[in-house]
Amino acid sequence: MSSKLRGLLGACSLVALGAAAHAETITVATVNNGDMIRMQGLMADFNEKHPDIQVEWVTLEENVLRQRVTTDIATNGGQYDVLTIGNYEVPIWAAQNWLLPLEDMGADYKPEDFLAPVAAGLTVDGKLYAAPFYAESSMLMYRTDLLEKAGLTMPENPDWDFITEAAEKMTDKGAEIYGICLRGKAGWGENMAFLTSMANSEGARWFDTDWKPQFDSPEWKTTLDTYLNLMTNYGPPGASSNGFNENLALFQTGKCGMWIDATVAASFVSNPNESTVAEHVGYAPSPVRAGGDNHGNWLWSWNLAIPASSQKQDAAKAFVAWATSQEYTALVAEHEGIANVPPGTRTSLYENQEYLTAAPFAAQTLAAIEAADTQSPSDQEVPYTGGQFVSIPEFQAIGTAVGQVFSAALAGTSDADQALAAAQALTTREMSRAGYPK
Amino acid sequence: MATQASRAAGRLMISPAVILLFLWMIVPLGMTIWFSFLRYNLLIPGDNPFVGIENYQYFFTDPNFWPALWNTLTLVLGVLAITTIGGILLALLLDQPMFGQGIVRVLVIAPFFVMPTVSALVWKNMFMNPVNGLFAWIARTLGFAPFDFLSAAPLFSIILIVAWQWLPFATLILLTALQSLDSEQLEAAEMDGAGAVSRFFYIMLPHLARAATVVILIQTIFLLSVFAEILVTTNGGPGNASTNLTYLVYSQSLLQYDVGLGSAGGIVAVILANIVAIFLMRMIGKNLET
Amino acid sequence: MARTVTTQRKVIVTAIAWTIAIAIFFPILWTFLTSFKTEADAIATPPKFLFFDWTTENYTTVQGRSNYFLHFWNSVIISVGSTVAALIIAIPAAWSMAFVPGKRTKDILMWMLSTKMMPAVGVLVPIYLLFRDTGLLDTRIGLVIVLTLMNLPIVVWMLYTYFKEIPGEILEAARMDGANLTREIIYVLTPMAVPGIASTLLLNIILAWNEAFWTLNLTASKSAPLTQFIASYSSPEGLFYAKLSAASMMAIAPIIVLGWFSQKQLVRGLTFGAVK
Repeated sequence: MSSKLRGLLGACSLVALGAAAHAETITVATVNNGDMIRMQGLMADFNEKHPDIQVEWVTLEENVLRQRVTTDIATNGGQYDVLTIGNYEVPIWAAQNWLLPLEDMGADYKPEDFLAPVAAGLTVDGKLYAAPFYAESSMLMYRTDLLEKAGLTMPENPDWDFITEAAEKMTDKGAEIYGICLRGKAGWGENMAFLTSMANSEGARWFDTDWKPQFDSPEWKTTLDTYLNLMTNYGPPGASSNGFNENLALFQTGKCGMWIDATVAASFVSNPNESTVAEHVGYAPSPVRAGGDNHGNWLWSWNLAIPASSQKQDAAKAFVAWATSQEYTALVAEHEGIANVPPGTRTSLYENQEYLTAAPFAAQTLAAIEAADTQSPSDQEVPYTGGQFVSIPEFQAIGTAVGQVFSAALAGTSDADQALAAAQALTTREMSRAGYPK
Repeated sequence: MATQASRAAGRLMISPAVILLFLWMIVPLGMTIWFSFLRYNLLIPGDNPFVGIENYQYFFTDPNFWPALWNTLTLVLGVLAITTIGGILLALLLDQPMFGQGIVRVLVIAPFFVMPTVSALVWKNMFMNPVNGLFAWIARTLGFAPFDFLSAAPLFSIILIVAWQWLPFATLILLTALQSLDSEQLEAAEMDGAGAVSRFFYIMLPHLARAATVVILIQTIFLLSVFAEILVTTNGGPGNASTNLTYLVYSQSLLQYDVGLGSAGGIVAVILANIVAIFLMRMIGKNLET
Repeated sequence: MARTVTTQRKVIVTAIAWTIAIAIFFPILWTFLTSFKTEADAIATPPKFLFFDWTTENYTTVQGRSNYFLHFWNSVIISVGSTVAALIIAIPAAWSMAFVPGKRTKDILMWMLSTKMMPAVGVLVPIYLLFRDTGLLDTRIGLVIVLTLMNLPIVVWMLYTYFKEIPGEILEAARMDGANLTREIIYVLTPMAVPGIASTLLLNIILAWNEAFWTLNLTASKSAPLTQFIASYSSPEGLFYAKLSAASMMAIAPIIVLGWFSQKQLVRGLTFGAVK
């Protein structure tokens, strides 16, 4: 149907496109994260190397960005030449032929240097469809001073029982110290990123091999019970509206004993300019279930991709190649210090002794990324891939809706059983609407 | 009284506005109605088959539908109550002689100029945040546990934020109306021995009724589609505690990219809004015609 | 005697009014203060009210990071442009409704207002497709069109209620003198309607300036107004209260200043026929 409309109205747009094709101005849509902001400050180097390419930035908060670029690419709006998207979108969009494969990126580009698990998430049929700008997994960050005060030592592989014990002993609500901070804000990329990972570590899964939702399984029950117990007893107030940023602010101001979240947080909490607890931060792998060995590590990367509809693909490619190259890493190291380079994408960075010394969290980050198994995230067999998400187009909506239900349980408006039943019902409904099993 | 010629001219002059609004309504609305009968998801390109009323069935059976309807009403009525009553009280206060009236008025009017996104961000982070917010600090200083506004009372918090934005508007209109009240009438009533309370109820309030109706009408138009404040503060949650119809439609059409379902929801919202509109117009028509 | 009572009363009223006014204004004041703090001071407990190291560093950071003036300029063009366009269309319509009312005038007015209740989110995709096909995406003209249509009903209605207050006898007199319609509008009606038009203009500039759905969704880099500027500062990583406050002040200050300066004009016509 929409093709008919396009036919009727499309003629007018040809004029606009034709006029734009001559100018070498590319529009880059990006997220307002520190690493991206930093890149905008280093554009002089790009302009020097490519004086014929002008870059216009559209910097947006993550959710607004996702909504904008998805609407644009799905309607073929053509407003952007480079998109910042997650590894959730890349395989789905690549399968729709919405993205340009990134081939011939130049002799120095060395795509084989990308960390294998990261590159795997961006590759469809042997072709790379997006270049990773930075990548992260999950890990446990904790306050060494508080743990010591509690008379405990961090095991090499902490399990959820230890976390509960430690959270209890570290909590001192009078002094505004909460044993554990976890995400509670609803969203597939917020609380569900954490809860899906945690569920994986508990051996739960989203769907069985017939795409039947599994929220009625005992593993999910254990997951949610543990989570709610931790957060209601030892978590900060207002946890149901805390996402990554809120928890980061809490941890940086010394209000959290432990925090399980993205590895990328390590560079913020250990930065003495921003964090009041920089000297007392320890790192450990994301917890396992007692006796288990699945850390449920997630894998997330922010990537630069080029829409197949872009009229300025060469200029866009030149930009993507520059922004994700080894030279860019060197450039950031030179201007901002080596600890601030975008982490998690290239093997060469983790072989650089200078980086390993400057960034105490580097080894743990690399280990977490390498341990992330997005192909079989759970101990049980699953029909999907993805660590903290399920890589189907419907997941955004379902994940966010389930996230709302769990967030309500955390806020105390329903209990774990009601939340799981509601999650099961709504997921079943959405999946049958979407026509699964396919 | 008007001549034939001026009637024709009148019709001519009104037509650009009517035609433009008609197009604005009919083109997107027509497309929306059409989409609402298709299985059309932006993320799943295909031939978008005609599925009849399937989308409407899904929309009405959505477990969030009734709560969203209820929340919409609560939000509109809550804000209207606060702003109208608060506006009358504030107008009465500002009508009194005082020092620095100009500055007071400038301070009171200011929230109306603030972008909804900005005010939501400021309230959420700097006031209602249970750890770093100012309210939490006040509570702790007074020896209470900080109240967790956005998770414990999400809809109420949003009502507060929206009411803060609209209170100045209500106050201004009501104040203007109050100032137009014939002071001789009030003095006469005072001479007759009417107390302040009865003067308020028998003279001022009836005089303000018209202005209050206008306040209610205009605000309702904007309040039915409150969106930015919810998106920024609670994302409709926890659960569906602060999801209104607009937000529900948003979550379907832009979070799920389910254009078919979102369109069906949009049509339902338009119909409901029109029912409210007709109801309101009756009310205001009566009040304004006399 | 009576005099002292009034003074005493005036003092009490003043105290109450100032307390309430400051309470209402406080969120804006607090944002203003926070915008001059360091990020650490911004979340300090107990909060620091006035005694902190005032710094303009946040404003420098924000200015360095985004092209404020481009966004500002876009906001000005879009809000003023759409308001002026709406007035041009609405003045004749409102005139005709007020002075040559037909049987269906009321219905037309009702219907116009009801188009305002259409939830924008429900029609985003159709509009987006239309804009794509007409090349209006990320253009100021596109946004001017949408916001003109969005605010047209309110503009028509405000003007209508204002025009209706103008006594018909004056028009009759003008007609007796042989003024034709055009002259009637330009020389007789318009001067009398100026306060109403001015306040309609102001109100709609404010509404258009603050519109945050279409302006975010139909723009990319070239035509994005201040609403997008704000969208790049909400919840980034790390501490952000001070930077957010600075960006917020930069986004709302122009319209607050405009509002304050034109307060009298705004209020004069902001009666919607509610004052007889």
